[in-house]
Amino acid sequence: MTAAQIRPAPVRRSVFVKASPEHAFKVFTAGFDRWWPKSHSVGSAPQKAALIEPRAGGRWYEVGGDGSETLWGEVMVWEPPTRLVLVWSVDADWKYAPDLHTEVEVRFIPEGDGVRVDLEHRNLEAFGARAEEVKAKIDNPNGWGGLLRLFAADAER
Amino acid sequence: MTNADRTLAAIADPTRRQVFERLAAGPRSVGELARGLPVSRPAVSQHLKVLKDAGLVADRAEGTRRVYEIDPHGLGALRAWLDQFWGDALAAFKAEAEKDPS
Repeated sequence: MTAAQIRPAPVRRSVFVKASPEHAFKVFTAGFDRWWPKSHSVGSAPQKAALIEPRAGGRWYEVGGDGSETLWGEVMVWEPPTRLVLVWSVDADWKYAPDLHTEVEVRFIPEGDGVRVDLEHRNLEAFGARAEEVKAKIDNPNGWGGLLRLFAADAER
Repeated sequence: MTNADRTLAAIADPTRRQVFERLAAGPRSVGELARGLPVSRPAVSQHLKVLKDAGLVADRAEGTRRVYEIDPHGLGALRAWLDQFWGDALAAFKAEAEKDPS
């Protein structure tokens, strides 16, 4: 035993949206492709569209410019307009891994004149040893430093 | 303080970021971390506690001293990276959802 094992806490992020829960849920799911950053692509071909099928058991996937489809995971819970749970099966290599089961829960909570959208990405320990490879990527100067600068800019906005 | 706030706070503080970046280079004791930083040893300990609570670093006993490190499996780093990732994604989502609210 060289070090205390880390069980990473779930990643939790929250954002307030000035819109109805129905609208926010619709934009998050049916409008997924309109807002998902194109830089967050998984497939080998340039990403043309990213989609969430509107039902439990539906696919979460992207379509490349060449028509190829790449799975990211699936819809586990579909409860519009309050709750959505997606299975994220994208591994440390940024590739689809059917055995990798991490969960992304998104809750839409009415608040004031809008809706608070709470996102939780959990079961991160499932990344296990594969995370070593992410660490190597992150440790280089173009990784961490850049990310932390982005993070700071984001956090201080 | 909510969990989301705690995660944000863990990396948003500039000194804490420096502590974390130093650990990215390899395991260090509190004394080693404090050297060259414009803050006291207790302050560094406090930053380490916040990073530990956020699941970003681990500690272990080495002889009489305590050594801190980013966990060997990289899960802490991965977690911090995912945190950034979802932060970006949600900011983009907010912008889109507020374009034409119903």
